[in-house]
Amino acid sequence: MLWVEVSKDITIMPSLIKTPLYQTHVDLAGKLIEFHGWLLPLSYKSIMDEARAVRERVGVFDISHMGEVQVYGRNALELLQYTTSNDVTALEEGRVQYTTLLNDDGGILDDFLIYRVGVERYFLCLNATNTQRAVSWLANQALHFPEVEVKDLTHHFGMLSVQGPNAEALLMKTTKTDLSKLEYYQFVICSLGGYSVILSRTGYTGEDGFEIFCEWRETPALWKLINNRGKNLGLVPVGLGARDVLRQEMCFPLYGHELNDDITPYEAGLGWLVTLEKEEGFIGCEVLVNQYRHGVKRKLVAVETVGRNIARQGHPIMVGSELVGEVTSGTMSPTLNKPIALGFVNTEHCQVGAKVKVSIRGNMCDAIIVDKPFTQSNVKKKPKT
Amino acid sequence: MKFPDDLKYSKEHEWVRSEDGTAVIGITDFAQDELGDIVFVEMPEVGTTLNASDSFGVAESVKTVSDLFSPISGQVIEVNISLENEPESVNNSPYDKGWMIKIKMSDPQEINSLLSVDEYKAFILESK
Repeated sequence: MLWVEVSKDITIMPSLIKTPLYQTHVDLAGKLIEFHGWLLPLSYKSIMDEARAVRERVGVFDISHMGEVQVYGRNALELLQYTTSNDVTALEEGRVQYTTLLNDDGGILDDFLIYRVGVERYFLCLNATNTQRAVSWLANQALHFPEVEVKDLTHHFGMLSVQGPNAEALLMKTTKTDLSKLEYYQFVICSLGGYSVILSRTGYTGEDGFEIFCEWRETPALWKLINNRGKNLGLVPVGLGARDVLRQEMCFPLYGHELNDDITPYEAGLGWLVTLEKEEGFIGCEVLVNQYRHGVKRKLVAVETVGRNIARQGHPIMVGSELVGEVTSGTMSPTLNKPIALGFVNTEHCQVGAKVKVSIRGNMCDAIIVDKPFTQSNVKKKPKT
Repeated sequence: MKFPDDLKYSKEHEWVRSEDGTAVIGITDFAQDELGDIVFVEMPEVGTTLNASDSFGVAESVKTVSDLFSPISGQVIEVNISLENEPESVNNSPYDKGWMIKIKMSDPQEINSLLSVDEYKAFILESK
């Protein structure tokens, strides 16, 4: 299960890393949990209310646990092109690319964003759980190239995410930069209230929104500024619980649930992140070429269960007495007001509309495979004219 | 966090209010806070016979699921059907609107073996 027991006083565990906003979360009476070695807020008041606030107004998240890595040097492009599945040569300066880092078997070591900062300079935003091994992996691969450096900057950057229909209006109150011109998956280095930041039109919620990298020590001041400016726009602080609910409504995968070392991009529905036609090839591409030609044995699907019980990670998916798959994530959708789940199902049973059963704590519950995503995306793909 | 004086408590974080041979049962303020947003409460059928410590249902919250245990033996005579549409009452009003089941007690002496409010508070502090 994703969430550890919250009843123990984990704030005294010395091994856990505190984000620059730790004291802020304590002052807000946030419910703190351990998340991949970090101490983070699960929620401040109610997961469901926080998720609704993001869909209807705007929310701000502390995501300082995310990894930041700089890749730079004459061979930076070649290193990333060789180690990631997407076509990095197509990434222009000022834009962001979603991609996967694969092992030799095509299994996903991490899914992350690449920011092209300069001609020979890239900035990666990685999952907290994978940052260290992804850095090691990239540094090892970098040995094959004469001029490229991989540097972990995770503890230099704080990171905030501002998401929701009012996100642009809110951040426009803090900067002279015209954010209405910033397109989806574009970024700008700018000043928010005097603090220098990298700001991208990206997110993990399906709403319009921005992710902000700032200096570690300036994060509390920036959080305060955003909260002050957001008061009359209905801004609320949002914890990891609502972040998980929102991404499930959008069927965005989460590493450790829908993605791991044994799952390939084609299985996870991330085939759009794979460019098989790269001249020099890339790590894992042989397996992917084979899967592209012959298909995959299982696929990630969206599942709606009948009734109010929630299917959760590890619950078996059945057709008759045959085990055909397994749930990877599940929650109650505040937008649809019904339980939703994601899971892997054998390809012959994964058609939309297929009736299956989910074994929820021993009870066989009727379920149906539905279209992805569960709720519509409201991300802003075109700039205002 | 509130723990009314006139209730009895179990180590599974249920409360019991005794009313003329009937036991009204719900989960405590501590339990609802631990579970977070409760989105579904699975209830027993009226008429079900329960022994003390039997599971009588399940509470689903966004982040987890928890069995509900009856601290008292007897027959279920009523369930709180309003929780079907308003499960959040368990969070907002755990001792009042969020009650779960009423049991006709088969042994009214059983309630004396449950924790008093002070014993329950001490138990929570210990388990932290």
